[in-house]
Amino acid sequence: MLILTCPYCSVAADETELSAGGEAHVKRETVGADDAAFEQYLFQRENPKGIHFERWRHAAGCGKWFHAARCTNTLEVFGTYSAQTLEPPKNITDAISAARPGWTWRNFS
Amino acid sequence: MKKYSAFAIAKEALTYHKGWGRAWAKPAPKSHYDVIIVGAGGHGLATAYYLGRNFGITNVAIIEKGWLGGGNTGRNTTIIRSNYLQDPSAAIYEKARSLYETLSQDLNYNIMFSPRGVIMLAQTHHEVRGYKRTAHANALQGVTTEWIEPKRVKELVPIINLHGPRYPVLGGLWQARGGTARHDAVAWGYARACSDMGMDIIQQTEVTAVKRSGGKVTGVSTTQGDISCNKLGVVVAGHSGVLADMAGFRLPIESVPLQALVSEPIKPCMDVVVMANTVHGYMSQSDKGEMVIGGGTDSHNAYTQRGSFHHVEETVRALCETFPMISRLKMLRQWGGIVDVTGDRSPILSKTPVEGMFINCGWGTGGFKAIPGSGWGMAELIAKGHSPLTDQFGLDRFREGRFIDESVAAGVAH
Ligand SMILES: Cc1cc2nc3c(=O)[nH]c(=O)nc-3n(C[C@H](O)[C@H](O)[C@H](O)COP(=O)(O)OP(=O)(O)OC[C@H]3O[C@@H](n4cnc5c(N)ncnc54)[C@H](O)[C@@H]3O)c2cc1C
Ligand SMILES: [Zn+2]
Repeated sequence: MLILTCPYCSVAADETELSAGGEAHVKRETVGADDAAFEQYLFQRENPKGIHFERWRHAAGCGKWFHAARCTNTLEVFGTYSAQTLEPPKNITDAISAARPGWTWRNFS
Repeated sequence: MKKYSAFAIAKEALTYHKGWGRAWAKPAPKSHYDVIIVGAGGHGLATAYYLGRNFGITNVAIIEKGWLGGGNTGRNTTIIRSNYLQDPSAAIYEKARSLYETLSQDLNYNIMFSPRGVIMLAQTHHEVRGYKRTAHANALQGVTTEWIEPKRVKELVPIINLHGPRYPVLGGLWQARGGTARHDAVAWGYARACSDMGMDIIQQTEVTAVKRSGGKVTGVSTTQGDISCNKLGVVVAGHSGVLADMAGFRLPIESVPLQALVSEPIKPCMDVVVMANTVHGYMSQSDKGEMVIGGGTDSHNAYTQRGSFHHVEETVRALCETFPMISRLKMLRQWGGIVDVTGDRSPILSKTPVEGMFINCGWGTGGFKAIPGSGWGMAELIAKGHSPLTDQFGLDRFREGRFIDESVAAGVAH
C-alpha cells in the first residue's frame, strides 16, 4: 500500500486515508485564455512513466492538500511538500537527483 | 497457414498432430514498411488485419515490446456489450459486437464468443433512471437492450441476493446478445490471419523513438534498429503517453492500474455476466468454472500492472453482498493491467499533430469488447484519412468541448 507522510500533520498516511488530486503544478487558466491554453489546463497530462509530481489530500486526516513526488514505474516516494508552492523544493529535487540523475519533468530537473 | 477444421484434426491425428506448423511466423524486421503498427494487442492486430482485408495494404509490421496479447488484451475480464449512451459509442461498440458474432468463422480461429447476456444491475433510483434512459437511447440506435424488473433478474441469476444489506436490486439493463469471448484467442486469431497475409509481427522489440522530418513521421527506432515507414499507427493502451512523448505531444490521458481476480473452479452456477456498478464489482463464470471478478481502478497514475490491495477488498466485499454463496470461494490469481483513461471515458482514434502518425488509445477499462470495430475504423482512418466510425473520436474534441460523455453510463470499470 502507498504510504505518504502528510507535511502538515506529519502522519504517515495509508492511501485509504488519502485522496488523489491528479497532476501537480498545473497552470490554471482563466477568462481571456484561448482554446489551446484551456485544453492544456483541463485535459492534457504528462502521465509519465517515471518521476511524477501530484496533488494529494489528507482526506480522512487533517483535510489539507499537499504535494508528493513519486515514481510511477517503481512506486518509490521521494517526499511530500507544501501545497503553497509553484515548484518542488530543493530537498525534494535533490532526493530525486540522487536516485535518478538527469531526470526532467516539464521544466523542472 | 493450415485451415483449422474437424476434418483437419482427424487428418493430423494420423501423424500424431506433429504437422500443424506455427500459427504465425517469427520474421526479422525489414528496413521499410508501408505501415507500422506499434503494439500487438487486440486493437493493434485488428487494425493491421482490416488494413489488409479491407484495403489490401499488407506491407505492414506490428511491433510489440513483449509478447502479442500480453498487455491488457490478455488481462481483461472479457465482457462484451454495446449498451452505451451516446450515438458515436453505440456505432463503434455495436459494430464490434456484431463482428464478434462471426469472428471465429472469419478468422478460422475459435475465439469462443459466448453471447450469454449481460445484466447491469440498478441499485439506486438514479441508476434506474439512467438505465431506462440508456434502453431508450439504444432502441433509437438499433442496439437491442431492455429494462428488466427484479423478478426477471432473479430468474436469470438464481444465485443473486436481491435484498442486499446496503443496496437492493431495483432492476437491470439487459443485453441478451452481450457476453464474453476468449481474450487470448482474439489476439491469436488476428495474429495468425495477419501473418497469413504476409504481415510481420515482430515481438520482443520495443519502439524507443518516433522519427520525424518536417513535421511528418518517417519511421521508428527500436531495440532491433531503425525501421522506416510511410504511416505509423500507435496502439499501445497504457503506454500511449510514453509514445506521444517520443513524438513531442501530450495526450488527455492518465494511465492507472485496473485489477481482476479469478476463483477456484466450481460447478456451473451463473450463465450470464452481472455488473453491479453502485457497489463496484462485476462477475461472470469462465468455461473452466472459475468466477471471473473485476472492480475499480487505482486513483493515481502507475505503470506497475499490480494495483492497490484495498480495491480487491472493496470488489470482493461488494460481490459477497450480491452473491452470498461466493463468500467461501478461494481466489486463485489476481493481476493488473495499465489502462489509459480519458476525461470523457471515450476512446481516441485520431490523426495526431505529426503527419502520417495515427493514434488509437483511451479505451481505458472497457476496450476488449471494441476490438473488431476499433480495428475496422482505425484501418479505414489510416488508409483513407477518415472513417465514419472514428470521425467523432478525434483528439480535437477536447479542445472543441465536443465530449462523448460515457462517464455516467459506465460507472464501473469493465
Ligand atoms: C483487469 C482488466 C479488466 C478489463 N476488463 C474488460 C472487460 O471486461 N471488457 C472490456 O471490454 N475491456 C476490459 N478491459 C479493457 C481492455 O483490456 C483494454 O481496453 C484492451 O485490451 C486494450 O487493448 P489494446 O490492444 O489497445 O492494448 P494492449 O492489449 O495493452 O496492447 C498494447 C500493446 O502495446 C505494447 N507496447 C507498449 N509500449 C510499446 C513500445 N514502446 N514498443 C512496442 N510495443 C509496445 C504492449 O506491450 C502491449 O502488448 C479490462 C482491462 C483490465 C486491465
Ligand atoms: Zn495531514
